[in-house]
Amino acid sequence: MKPSRTITIFAGLLLAGCLLASILLQRRLDQERSQATLEEILYVPSPKVLKRLSLGYDGLLADIYWTRAVQYFGGKHHQGAQEYKLLAPLLEITTELDPQLMVAYEFGANFLSAKPPNGAGDPQRAVELVEYGIRQNPNEWRLYYNLGFIYYMELHDYAGAADAFARGSKVPKAHPWLRIMAAQMAQHAGDAKMARMMWTATYESSTDPSIRANAATHLRALQVDEEVSALESIVAQYRQKAGHLPGGFPDLIAAGLLRGVPIDPLGHPYKLTPDGRVEVQSPDDLAFITKGTPPGYVPPKVPKFLPSD
Amino acid sequence: MSGRIVHIASNTFREAVRDRVLYNLVAFALLMSGAAVLVGQISIGIERLVVINLGLTAVSLFGIVIAIFIGIGLVSKEIEKRTLYTVLSRPVRRWEFIVGKFCGLAGTLVVNTFFMAIGVFGALLYVSHHFQRADGWVLVALYFIILQFLIITALALLFSSFSSPLLAAVFAFSLFIIGSFAEDLRGFASMTSGVSRWLAFGAAYLVPNFSALNVISSVAHAQPVSAQLIATNTGYALVYVGMALCGAVLIFERRNLK
Repeated sequence: MKPSRTITIFAGLLLAGCLLASILLQRRLDQERSQATLEEILYVPSPKVLKRLSLGYDGLLADIYWTRAVQYFGGKHHQGAQEYKLLAPLLEITTELDPQLMVAYEFGANFLSAKPPNGAGDPQRAVELVEYGIRQNPNEWRLYYNLGFIYYMELHDYAGAADAFARGSKVPKAHPWLRIMAAQMAQHAGDAKMARMMWTATYESSTDPSIRANAATHLRALQVDEEVSALESIVAQYRQKAGHLPGGFPDLIAAGLLRGVPIDPLGHPYKLTPDGRVEVQSPDDLAFITKGTPPGYVPPKVPKFLPSD
Repeated sequence: MSGRIVHIASNTFREAVRDRVLYNLVAFALLMSGAAVLVGQISIGIERLVVINLGLTAVSLFGIVIAIFIGIGLVSKEIEKRTLYTVLSRPVRRWEFIVGKFCGLAGTLVVNTFFMAIGVFGALLYVSHHFQRADGWVLVALYFIILQFLIITALALLFSSFSSPLLAAVFAFSLFIIGSFAEDLRGFASMTSGVSRWLAFGAAYLVPNFSALNVISSVAHAQPVSAQLIATNTGYALVYVGMALCGAVLIFERRNLK
């Protein structure tokens, strides 16, 4: 074998060996350094400084920070985290770098306001984020809608929600739902009808698949909660008349209280337990339900959305 | 006169096109545009935005690197290879040499930008499946990027007419960074008083204003660019290029080449 060929083979093998060793060592380093140290650091926390450092390419930097916020939230959410320390600063930096980045306000406010583990559980910070967005983009009706939504769903501040919807309804080309919701808020604040109206508006006005899936899941959950309440009141009615609990839905049908075995939004029949409670067959498939679950039921860390949504 | 400038420009263009570094940078910029498609997929709702932001930023930054690193060698290389003496021994004036060199590199950068823009629009078509009317503003952003290149090329040429290539690169790159803060500089100047105010204003108006030439963020959001801004930026870039070239000619005319 020629010496040059020997060197080529030796150098090639050495290169491959070094590459493999560097990958293995890198994996070892990742294990040795705690995940928190790697993730929970903002090297430059000031949005103003970052804007200056971007040399005018702030749009790209905003995209990078938004992607970082999405990845941070997604990673934490997947772990079922109760704390999202970096989420608010990441969103503030993103929106300061690019105040027109609507998606950061819309999704970011949802990430911030939802209760853990579905979000950071910080609705006040979400309100501040959306209010900043409104100051920067006063003609974006969706931001007023998001603001009203946070006030209604997370803060239960119905006056605040009505005010946000009313402000939004005055914006040119605002969705007609805003005027209706502002008017209905005074009458139906806090009841399921209002919540259904809001999720329906979210479903109908959004083109984003994940927002629509979330709204459809909430609408199903509202339907289950209402149906379980109605069925349990029928069971109570039967007990009052018959003096004992029904053995199953056929007893209620025979008593003329039901026309048939009731089915949940997924098409499965509801279950009637011996102690008179109504349950769904697969609670894991019906995220966000508050009724119809077995005692001690713990919902999955990540809510399940149906592919059909 | 114009024929001689065209000859120098076309030779400069041919020489620049032969440079392998140029192809590497253009390929890298095209790769960045392609990578934008992948970045959009790991985020939410910014596919189109990231293609425009990353694509145009890559075009701008790589173009500036090309302008600086080729621009600084335009004069010094000719001296080093002693080809300048052959050129100047013919009926070619020194100022024609400078203007011809500038036109040649400017032409190279325009052609490069055209190819990099094809990459950006290709990536945009891939994520959006069709072009929108607002995508036309991306062309305006590209035009402003070309104006940036012209200014940087003229500055690189100015610095290379009196200093070493390394120093010329440092000066040109520093001016690019300072020029990106031009609006802030004027803001700082307005806060000072007395002589320092005049000095600060003088410095603020002397450095090139690159921030006004960067509309990448707004075109990514499909915001229109006013005709007035296009006209003002065009006028500003031409005047600034004229100023830098005049400086280069003045220095080069007096330079002792023996």
